[in-house]
Parts: sequence; structure tokens; C-alpha cells
Amino acid sequence: MDDKRQWPLYEVFIRARGGLDHKHVGSLHATDARMAIDHARDLYTRRQEGISIWVVPSAAITASDPSEAEALFEPARDKIYRHPTFYDIPDEVKTL
Amino acid sequence: MYTQALDVQGSDPAAPADDVSRERHFEARIEREEKIEPKDWMPARYRATLIRQISQHAHSEIVGMLPEGNWITRAPTLLRKSILIAKVQDEGGHGAYLYSAAETLGVSRDQLIDQLLAGKAKYSSIFNYPTPTWADVGAIGWLVDGAAIMNQIPLCRCSFGPYARAMVRVCREESFHQRQGYDIMLRLAQGSVEQKRMAQEALNRWWWPALMMFGPPDAESIHGTDSQRWKIKRFSNDELRQKFVDFTVPQANFLGLTLPDPRLHWNDAEQRYEFGPIDWGEFDQVLKGNGPCNAERLTARRRAHSEGAWVREAATAYAEKQQRRASNRAA
Amino acid sequence: MMAAAKNVARLLYRYVLRVGDLNLVLGQRLGEWVGHAPALEEELGLANVALDLIGQARLLLAYAGELEGRDRSEDDIAFMREQGEYLNPTLVEQPNGDFGQTIVRQVLIGAFQSELYERLVDSADERLAAIASKAVKECRYHLRYSSDWLVRLGDGTQESHARAQSALERLWPYTTELFAEDDLDREMADCGIAPRLSEVHAAWSVRIDALLAEATLDRPRDRAYRWFGKQGEHSEHLGYILADMQYLQRAYPGARW
Repeated sequence: MDDKRQWPLYEVFIRARGGLDHKHVGSLHATDARMAIDHARDLYTRRQEGISIWVVPSAAITASDPSEAEALFEPARDKIYRHPTFYDIPDEVKTL
Repeated sequence: MYTQALDVQGSDPAAPADDVSRERHFEARIEREEKIEPKDWMPARYRATLIRQISQHAHSEIVGMLPEGNWITRAPTLLRKSILIAKVQDEGGHGAYLYSAAETLGVSRDQLIDQLLAGKAKYSSIFNYPTPTWADVGAIGWLVDGAAIMNQIPLCRCSFGPYARAMVRVCREESFHQRQGYDIMLRLAQGSVEQKRMAQEALNRWWWPALMMFGPPDAESIHGTDSQRWKIKRFSNDELRQKFVDFTVPQANFLGLTLPDPRLHWNDAEQRYEFGPIDWGEFDQVLKGNGPCNAERLTARRRAHSEGAWVREAATAYAEKQQRRASNRAA
Repeated sequence: MMAAAKNVARLLYRYVLRVGDLNLVLGQRLGEWVGHAPALEEELGLANVALDLIGQARLLLAYAGELEGRDRSEDDIAFMREQGEYLNPTLVEQPNGDFGQTIVRQVLIGAFQSELYERLVDSADERLAAIASKAVKECRYHLRYSSDWLVRLGDGTQESHARAQSALERLWPYTTELFAEDDLDREMADCGIAPRLSEVHAAWSVRIDALLAEATLDRPRDRAYRWFGKQGEHSEHLGYILADMQYLQRAYPGARW
């Protein structure tokens, strides 16, 4: 009602435990990155769900267009040789 | 149940041809239980319905901090004080997750909050009731959070991705809320004569409003069909309400408390509890703003917002100064 | 030897109450903000500090109960003492005021707690050292949170700067009490249980000066009047705080919650 400019939106990524990737968990409002980290800690790690936080201004993220999903992603489906299941590894070679 | 007044009035204008085929494609995706994400095409009414439902849910969490928050300073033990602070903090957090989910649909949180403070947005009727005693804190945890869980679990499978994911997070945190409320009631019910009376009186006050949380009877809910077809709403109001009653009556019996419904009885043939008529007149009045605490709740939120404006402005001003300084240094 | 040990226990009891009551009363004050903060994110931020402080209070007051030797629990100690038996410094009783005043109070006391806990980690009293080890990490975060806000307010808009400066002027006189060494402080330092307050003061002063400079705020002059909350003589505010806090326990004596 009063202030004309709202705090910008940041997207939050949390690494829950060592060895895992950072995962997108949601967004929050903050005036700068440091505040965003503090807010992310208070909002997304109250139950020890995180050891590392990334925050990114939402405006800085570029997303692929869902309508281009076919062009971007379908061709990959043909290239099955990228998937390990394409290869028939003899049973004797256990560790691959 | 935070969506009880959900209604999307009006009919669709004649849609252009490719919108019709898009809509058919969209409905097919829903049929296949695919998740709709923010950048996917969606009918305007699907978007509007979700914005309204998610924002009502968010507003409810924020307003809900007040009736319980008001007992933090008076909590009877340090442990109860800690638990209550944690619970109310969680509720603020849930509001934040939900506003985030709503923002993915193209509204800003500030817009939504402005609507709430202007009295133009709805929030769950339940938070317009007072918490005059400590037992009310217990009753809210047990009944109100209990009802919320009943509604929120199916929402974890809602068709809109961000809402469903927010609900998963919320549900994980919510079970502690209900348990701590029931624990308060149990201690009171097993306590002194005064404590037991306090618990019974709180139950008398919260039972019917909790049943109203599930919204009007199905027969009167003419706008449920879109929500159900679009897999936003998975069960009807009456279904959820019945389930809640069936779960909760044995819990009340265990406490040794009496539910304020002389018509309540077990129907063996139908394997469910039959209960008395709900006063929908009261529900309407509360939704219209004539409940016991509507004015107080909104006043508190308006005050917090207006008294905090200088703080929010200061933060913005400082961030801008820092940016200018950084670019001056770079220059 | 027995008498000396008993004496130290009695002194330690009072000292632990001082540290515990500071947390209790400050946590109580912060709890008043819930539902009324300037932004949703600050609801969570302030509640987080309150929750940590109450948690620390529980550990300290439980320990105090043991030291007292009258079989009293953390709740008996927290809820059933008379006003004169609370030993918190007067600063933490002061009203929240606006967000600026709350942040100023938080910075002044938080910097004190940080310096204190960092040294209590090496206390000759193992229990106190253990509690301090946990508390020091939480305090570091509280100080980060409140310092960041002090800078935003001090170096934000003209209005926020004015409010922060006036809060600082109003609360500064209560800081002298934090470092006024009395017999109890001296005894605890002599035993190696607590640090010398002069040392804590020096470190606190350095921190505060740096922070005020960054926040473009002026350090107020020290003023003569002294406060004695940590000796059980309080401002008018504690009475109201206790009336609220103790109500249920007093109204239903012996009840379990």
C-alpha cells in the first residue's frame, strides 16, 4: 500500500547434505543477496534441511520455452546410446 | 478448506479456435496426471482459479499467526512457549511458500497483500474466532490443523507443480502442529477440574467452526466441477468433512470430552458418524466480515504493514546505495 | 573447604541466573513481535532469535535449579520467582518500540552476549562451558542478522537513520550496567568461571564502534545514571512482563501443562 518498489524476487537452491546437488526449493523476497541468504536460511532450513544455500535473482534466470520442448528435448530420445542401458555388458564384468 | 469460498464467476468468452485445441491438449495432460508448470500454456480460468486459491491459502497462514501468536508471551511453560513460537514461525513460512507458488502465476506478493489488507481477499473463516484461553491454542492445533491436513494431503497431488510441491513441504511440517495441539488438550483433560473445564469449553467453541472450514455443502457448491476436473480439488467438501468427523470423534472420546452435538451418533450401516446441522448463516456472516475477530485481525495486519513501511523502504534504499557505490568503484 | 565450595555454588547460581534471565526476558520481548513484523521474512527472522534465546534460557535455568538445590525445575525458576529475584540487565526489559529500537537493542545486547559466550566456552565450570559452546553459534547468527539490519536502517533513508539514532540515544544508558563489575562478577572471574568484564567491555566497544561507523550512526555519550537489574532492581517494565508471563502458573498453582 505504501512503498512503490517491492523487494526483488530471488530463487533459492539448497544442498541438503554433502554429496548432493543444490535443488530448487522456492523463492523469496529480499533487497540484496546477503539478505536473501539469511532469509533462505530462516525459511528453508529450519529443520536442518540444508548445508549450502544458493540464491539467484529470479530475473537472472533464463528458462527454456516449454513450447520448444519437442525441438530441444525429443531428438535426445533417439540417441539411446547415451544411456548405459543401451550397452549389453557381459555379466562377468560386474563393476560397470 | 482454506479455499471454502472458492468461486470463479462468469462463463468463458467465445475462445479462439487454437485456444480450444490448446485447452483440449491441456485437459489431456491433466487426465494423464501430468504436472502443469508455470510456463506451460493454461486456460485463463485455471490460472485465475489457482491464483485465488493459493493466495487465500497464503493469507490464511499469515492471519492464522495472530490467534495463536497472542499466547506466546503467556505460554504456561518454557517448552510450550518454544513449541508455540516454532509452530507460528512455521505458519509464516507456509505463507511464504504459498505466496511464492502464487507468484509463479504472474502476480506479485505485494499485490496479493494489498488485496488482503484492503479487505478484498478472503482467508479461512476459522481465524476470525478468538483465542480467549490457553485451551484454545490446543483446540486450534488439534482441530484446525487437523482439518487443514485433511485438505492439504490431497493437494500434494494437485495438477499445478509449484502448489503441489509447496503442499508436500507444508504437510511434512504440519503433522507436528496437530500433535502438539492434541498434546495440550490431553494434558488439560487429564489435569485439574478447572483445566478440564477449560478444554471442554474450548472444544465447544471450535468444533462447529472447524467443520465449516471444509466449505459449504456439495449441493450448494456449484463451482466445484472445474476444480475437480482440473485436479486442483480432489475430494468434495462433504467428503472431506465426513472424513474429518470420523477421524476426530474417537480422538475426542479418548480425551474424555464431549462434542457439542447432541445429534452425533455412529451409523453402523454406513460406517460413519452422523452429525447435526451446521449453522451456515453464521458461516456467511463470518465470511462477510461480521465474525468476532475479522476487524481485529485485519487491523493488526494493516498496522504491521503500515508501521513497517519505513523499514522496507530503508532496506530498498540501502541496497540501491550499495549498487551505486559498487558501480562507482567499477567506473 | 566445604563452606567455600558451597559459597561458590551459591554465587554460581546467581551468576547463571543473570545469564539465563537475560535470555528469558529478551526472548519474551521478541515473542511479542510475532504477527506484527514489517515483512514476512522478518517474522521468521525475529521468531528464530526468540526461539534460540528461550532454548538457551531453558538450559541455563535448568542448571540454576540444580545449583539452587531445592529441587526446582526450569519452569519453577522461570515462572515462580518474585520480581527482585530476576537478575537480567535492565536493557532487555526495555520495550520493543519500533523495529529500529528492537534492532538497536538486539545489537547492543547481542554483541555483549557474543563476547561473553566466546569467553565462557573456556569457563572453569564445565556445564556453563558446554552451554556457551552451543549458544555462541546461535549468537553469531543473531548478531549477523541484527547488525545487517542496523546498517540498512542507519544507512537507509533519512527517516530510518533518525529512528535508529534516536533508539540508540534512548538505549545507550542501559549499556553501562552490562560492564559494571560487582562482587559477583569479580568472584566469578577470580574462579575462572566468567571473564573479566573489563575485557568483555573492550571487545564489545571495538565491535560496536565499527558497526556504528558502518551504519553511519553516532556513538552516544555515556551518561552517569546507573541501572541495577542484574542485582534485582528493575525498571517499571519487568512487572508487566512478569504479569503476562507468569499468569497461568500463578492462576492455577500446581497445575501441569
